[in-house]
Amino acid sequence: MSSISDLRKMFGGGTSAGRQFGMVFVLAAILLFFNWRTHGLTLGSANMIQLAAQYSYILILAIGMVMVIIAGHIDLSVGSVAAFSGIAVALLINDQHLPWPLAVVAGLLIGAVIGAWQGFWVAIVGVPAFIVTLAGMLIFRGANQYLGNSTAAPVPAGFQKIGAGYLPEVGPDTGKNNLTLLIGLVLILALIYREMRLRSVQSKLHSTMAPLWVSLVKLAILAAIIGYATMLFAGGRPGTSIPISGLILAVLVVIYSYIARNTIIGRNIYAVGGNGMAAKLSGVNTRRVNFLVMTNMGMLSALAGMIFVARSGASGAQDGLGWELDAIAAVFIGGAAISGGVGTVIGSIVGGLVMAVLNNGLQLLGVGSDRVQIIKGLVLLIAVALDVYNKNQGRPSLIGFMTNRFRSGPQPVAAVPVGSASEELPVEAEVHS
Amino acid sequence: MTALPAILEMRTITKEFPGVKALSDVSLIVRRGDIHAICGENGAGKSTLMKVLSGVHPYGTYTGRIFFEGAEVQFKNIRSSEAAGIAIIHQELALVPQLSITENIFLGNEPGRFGIIDWAAAKRRAKELLTWVGLRDDPDTLIKNIGVGKQQLVEIAKALHKDVKLLILDEPTAALNKSDSEHLLDLIVELKGKGVTSIMISHKLNEIEQIADAVTIIRDGRTIETLDVRAEGVDEDRIIRGMVGRSMESRFPDRTPNIGEVFFEVKDLVVLHPQVSDRMVCKHSNLYVRRGEIVGIAGLMGAGRTELAMSIFGRSYGTFVSGQIIKDGKDIQIRTVMNAIDHGMAYVSEDRKVLGLNLLDDVKRSVVSAKLKKISKHSVVNDAKEHDVAEEYRKSLRIKTPTVDEGVSKLSGGNQQKVVLAKWMFTDPDLLILDEPTRGIDVGAKFEIYGIINALAAQGKGVILISSELPELIGLTDRIYTIFEGEITNDIATSEAEPEMLMRSMTSTKKRVAR
Repeated sequence: MSSISDLRKMFGGGTSAGRQFGMVFVLAAILLFFNWRTHGLTLGSANMIQLAAQYSYILILAIGMVMVIIAGHIDLSVGSVAAFSGIAVALLINDQHLPWPLAVVAGLLIGAVIGAWQGFWVAIVGVPAFIVTLAGMLIFRGANQYLGNSTAAPVPAGFQKIGAGYLPEVGPDTGKNNLTLLIGLVLILALIYREMRLRSVQSKLHSTMAPLWVSLVKLAILAAIIGYATMLFAGGRPGTSIPISGLILAVLVVIYSYIARNTIIGRNIYAVGGNGMAAKLSGVNTRRVNFLVMTNMGMLSALAGMIFVARSGASGAQDGLGWELDAIAAVFIGGAAISGGVGTVIGSIVGGLVMAVLNNGLQLLGVGSDRVQIIKGLVLLIAVALDVYNKNQGRPSLIGFMTNRFRSGPQPVAAVPVGSASEELPVEAEVHS
Repeated sequence: MTALPAILEMRTITKEFPGVKALSDVSLIVRRGDIHAICGENGAGKSTLMKVLSGVHPYGTYTGRIFFEGAEVQFKNIRSSEAAGIAIIHQELALVPQLSITENIFLGNEPGRFGIIDWAAAKRRAKELLTWVGLRDDPDTLIKNIGVGKQQLVEIAKALHKDVKLLILDEPTAALNKSDSEHLLDLIVELKGKGVTSIMISHKLNEIEQIADAVTIIRDGRTIETLDVRAEGVDEDRIIRGMVGRSMESRFPDRTPNIGEVFFEVKDLVVLHPQVSDRMVCKHSNLYVRRGEIVGIAGLMGAGRTELAMSIFGRSYGTFVSGQIIKDGKDIQIRTVMNAIDHGMAYVSEDRKVLGLNLLDDVKRSVVSAKLKKISKHSVVNDAKEHDVAEEYRKSLRIKTPTVDEGVSKLSGGNQQKVVLAKWMFTDPDLLILDEPTRGIDVGAKFEIYGIINALAAQGKGVILISSELPELIGLTDRIYTIFEGEITNDIATSEAEPEMLMRSMTSTKKRVAR
């Protein structure tokens, strides 16, 4: 047990842990690389705040998408569903004069109903999700244009908060955003509490426990990262902070990670994707699981759509184009398997951040969108190809393999077999004659 | 000693996987024209050795030397070993179900010129080959429409087409019923007469005794011994002793049955085939189980044993028409697997890799997967309890795994089966249906699983045991139902059962065969 295998544990173990662990390093490396090339612009407060706001909705989609993909499906309709929900909410506010908080609830409901509709076809009728959501992609793109007459619908300032808003300034003037500082502090404390709890559970179980210094080093590193990020988000131009949409994302990550890892429904999603037949014969209601993941995806799509509309101030006909591909790419870079049963929320977020930082950094460097797309495509291909290659070689993954070396101690040397009386074997004797 | 020259000699083969030494200094000598059996427990290294020989593990990934027909060979892949005349037939058949017999025989080896297939020639040759292996089906039949036994014959025909000199069969009869097995064994003997040498990996020791000329026993990645079956009068017990390293007085553990009253009954169960709606897979089936009783179900492949078991277990097979399930005197309405589990039923499926386990999971998650509720509060799974439960079963069932965090795919077949058993024991069942629980498992693990079954019965649970092996049924059960074409044809107390009599009830619908 080394600090590295312990760090790996942060990503939940399992077959995909290797790649996610590797991806964290990749993410750190490209962040530092771009920061160097842009002379500190990448890791500047303004850029980080902008990055969080710009990609939060894609990452929210990635959360839903990883659930869908773990269950062994795919959802191509998320961009269209997001666009449709966006325009529906904008129209509810403008034409029906619904107060915007109620409109948000209505938007989530609309998304859930659309998800349930697709879940019906996938789970009850048994049409492959690829087909159902390909149809959904067309249906809801069309419905968006039908509702909005292919024009844009503006949304009020209150609503815009969820996409473009920041935390208010409260308390003494520290030159930083105080609420952001508070959140950072709470996070660090929560982390310390969690590590202490983990250690106490481990010692109760008598399971192999990392030495204390490993925990301390790990905590120190994580606290430093959170502290640094907090200062970045809090230290932007006055009036800015960690974006509201980024906060929504963070809360969702915590909730969904917990669901995936610690609840029965989470276990069932993995079971259905890992071996649906076995899950069924173990008493898992596979239909219900499939229905739920699709419904959930619809709801998160609607949320992403609303955040985007809020951020851009109006709902338009081109909203959400190509989002499904970004979300799917994030999930696969983050270590999920196309055949289902493998993947984590955190991994998908890291995968999505890799793409986001790449996008952002290349743009800051003035690379055209043509070349950015080529590079992003290659990154997706290589990330998954490396994993496939290493799996074929019987190794968990490239970086997983390197860390394995740290983990496994010296192999016991097998004793030399006693020459099993070769004289007795008639066949052996003949060959020598 | 009248010596035949060796066709194959493998010398001091050592093969390592990361962290595991699968083979260490294994040597194997096969005489020309012999049927050479290889046996050993699961995970002993038999399949690895054959993969080394056939080029699946290419030259350079192992150490040691291989001589084939007197010359040293260094195979880079399967193609190069095939070119030398070595063909391997794997446990999992490598046929394309949607293609015809002819197309499969010539797949990758099509006769013709410039990439255009000469179908007339192919069909002629296919007929020849099929006659040789004794398969009378039309060569245009699709593979998916013929049974496993016949598919096996097609595989052999495919190998013969490639002019095979050495045929390797990995558990050729594991999935076959008795008559198909016998046909296949006859064929191997016949091929021997025509100069084809065979290497046969098998767990079925009676088959080895029946047809093999020599047997090499491998244990823990080492050659233990090579016995000349003909000369030395080797019998099953002798082979078992070599495999497990000790002699096994009894193949079945002792048990004193303690049987209570009837607590589980199936009445007049009628179930239709899921696709062919006019075909009944359960024809008015009736059965009962008493507390502490082990009840066997004997039937040939395709007789409807699994269909019956799955129909009882939450209607998980086919279309339910009518019938009652009565437990503890109450008519329980079981519609789903969840109902069945809640009513204390458990079903250990026939194929643990397809139906029994999620191979992506680790041991601890697998063990609790059928009753998560038991270790959860408000739908949140308690990791610590999960670990404890799994650890308990690891110890009590002696599951060989470094920790309960290990992936189940890394365990051997016997240990995987123990995990499946643990998973169902964790649900606290009153009735366990075990469908071929010892298939593909080595002798040592079988013995342990028999012990587990006995222990469950001793706790007063009812056990329904489905098995293709009559000795297993006779050795373990208290009572045996025979089943033929979906119909329960007989109900015999095991103390009165004889293999011939069971076989008669398994092959005809006549009740109570007159003697």
